[in-house]
Amino acid sequence: MSEIRRFARNRNIAVGAGVLALVVLAALLAGVVSTHDPRRLNPAERLKAPSARNLLGTDEFGRDVYSLVLHGAQVSLLVGVTTMVLTSLGGIVIGLIAGYYRRVDLVLMRVMDGLMAFPAILLAIALMAARGPGIGNVVFALSVVYTPRTAMLIRSTVLSLRELDYVQAARALGRRDLVIAFRHILPNCVGPLLVQSSFVFAYAILAEAILGFLGVGVPPYVPSWGNVIASGKNVIREAFWVSLFPGLALTLSGLALNLLGDGLRDVLDPRLRVQ
Amino acid sequence: MTVYLVRRLLALVPVLAVVVTVVFLLIHLIPGDPVGVMLGPDATPAQIESTRRALGLDRPLYEQLLKFYVRVLQGDLGQSYFLDRPVVTALVERAEPTLVLTFSALLVAVLIGVPSGIIAAAYPGSFWDRALMLGALLGVCVPGFWLSLNFIYLFAVRLGWLPAAGYASIFADPLAALRYMVLPAVSLGFNQSALIARISRSCMLEALQQDYIRTARAKGLSQGVVTWVHAFRNALVPVVTVIGITMAILIGGAVVTEIVFNIPGLGRLIISAVLRRDYPVVQGVILVTATAYVLINLAVDALYVVIDPRIRYE
Repeated sequence: MSEIRRFARNRNIAVGAGVLALVVLAALLAGVVSTHDPRRLNPAERLKAPSARNLLGTDEFGRDVYSLVLHGAQVSLLVGVTTMVLTSLGGIVIGLIAGYYRRVDLVLMRVMDGLMAFPAILLAIALMAARGPGIGNVVFALSVVYTPRTAMLIRSTVLSLRELDYVQAARALGRRDLVIAFRHILPNCVGPLLVQSSFVFAYAILAEAILGFLGVGVPPYVPSWGNVIASGKNVIREAFWVSLFPGLALTLSGLALNLLGDGLRDVLDPRLRVQ
Repeated sequence: MTVYLVRRLLALVPVLAVVVTVVFLLIHLIPGDPVGVMLGPDATPAQIESTRRALGLDRPLYEQLLKFYVRVLQGDLGQSYFLDRPVVTALVERAEPTLVLTFSALLVAVLIGVPSGIIAAAYPGSFWDRALMLGALLGVCVPGFWLSLNFIYLFAVRLGWLPAAGYASIFADPLAALRYMVLPAVSLGFNQSALIARISRSCMLEALQQDYIRTARAKGLSQGVVTWVHAFRNALVPVVTVIGITMAILIGGAVVTEIVFNIPGLGRLIISAVLRRDYPVVQGVILVTATAYVLINLAVDALYVVIDPRIRYE
C-alpha cells in the first residue's frame, strides 16, 4: 500500500497517469461517445467549422474531426502499447544475454550500435518502405528502431548487478545461469525498464503519427492522428481545425507519458533525479 | 589525441559494417518477390528475370552482401530506378537544402536552449526558472511537424509575414533563402532547444555548486562573470554532447520538416523514393545519414578535448 501511495504522491505521476487514463478511456469508448462514423465520407459537409453538429469541425472529405480524433486514439494507443511490449521483451532478452554472456556481448552490442547509428525516424521509414503500409508493419518498424535502446539499458543494469554479493551468493549456491538471470537479476531491472517503457510509448505514438503524416504509416483510410493531420495540411488555409485537434491530442498524450516517465524515474531511481 | 582518434576511427569499422549490412538486408525484407514488387504488376516474367539478374538477386546471399560491400566502398550506391541517374548524384544534388536546414535549426536550438537553461539555473525556483522549464517540457512534447503546420497557419496564412513553403538556395539568393528558412528552422529547432535547455540547466546547477564558484564569489566577482565565465565553461561538456545528439536527431527531423515546407532535400527524396519503390535511393539516403551520424558523434568526442583540457585521451 505504501508503495502505491509513494507513486500517487508524485505530482508528475499523478498528472501523467490521469491524462493518460483519459486518453485510454477516449479510445475504449470511441464507438460510444463519437457523434459520427469516422470513416463515412460526406462531401456535402466538407470543411465545416466547429459547431454543435460537428464539435471539432469536418475535414476535406466531410468526416467529423471529433470522431476521427477519438478513433485515432485507438490506433495510437494500439501501436504505442504493442511497440512498448515488444521492445521491452526484445530488450530484456538481448540485454540479459549480452550482460550475462560476455562472448556474445561483443557481437550483440556492435549490432545494437549499428542499428542505433540510423536516425530513428529514417530507419522506420526505410523499414516501412520494404514492408509496405499497415499497423502491423508500423509496430514492427518501431520495435526494430527502439529495441536497441532498451537492450543497452538492460545490459548496463545487468552488468552492474552481476557482480553484487547476492548474485555471487546465488552462483556459489549452484543456481543455474538462467535462474539467476530471471529470478535474481531481472526483478531489479524492472525500475529502469518501466521508466524507459513510458518514454518508448511516447516515442512510438509520435513516430506512428509522423509515419502516417508522411504517408508511409497506416493506410490513409484508417483514422489515425498522423493521417488526419496530414489531410489537414492540404487544407490549412481554409480549415486550421482539421490538423489542430489531432495534434493537440498527440501533444497531450506525449506530455502525459513524459510526465509519467519523469515521475517514475524520480520515485524509482532518486539518483537520476534531475535537479 | 591522434592515437585516440585513430582508435576511434577503427572502432567505427564494425559499426559501419553493421550499418551497411542493415541497408543491404532492407531489400530482402520486402515481402514476397522483391523484383516483382519493384517492377509492379505489369512486368513480364522475362523483365523480372533480367532485373533479378542485373541486381544480382539470383546469387547466394553472402555473395550479394560481399558485392554490396565492395560497391559501397567504391562509392557506388547503384542507379535510381526513376531519377535516371546514379544514387550518389541524386544525393549530392539534394544535400544542400538538408544541410542548410539542419544547421539553421541547430543554430536556433542552441540560441534558444543554452541561454534559457543558464537563466533558469542562475535563478533556481524563480518565476523565470519555472516558466522556462514549463516551456521546455511542452517543447519536448509538441510534435515538430504539427508545430510547423501551426506556424504556417499563423505566420504565413494569417499574418502573411513569411512564405508558407518553398526553398531558395543560399548561394543564389541569400535574402530569399533566409525568408524561406525561418519557419522550417524555428519549428525544427524548437523541439531540440527544449532538450538543450533542460540539460544546460541541470549542468549549470551542478557547476554552480562547486567550490571554485564559491571562491569566485568570495573574491567579489559579479554574478554575470561567475555564471558565464566560471560556471558556463565547466557546464559545457555535457551540453556539447547533447548538441551532438541534437544534430543527429535534426537530420531525422529534417525529413519531416522538408515534407511540410516543400523543401527539395534528402527528406523529400527518400519519401518520394518510398512511394515509388525506388529502393536504391532509400538505401542511399539512410546509408549516408547513418554515416553522417556516426561521424558527428566522433567529432563531438574530439571536441571535448578542446573545451575541457582536463579530459585527456590517451
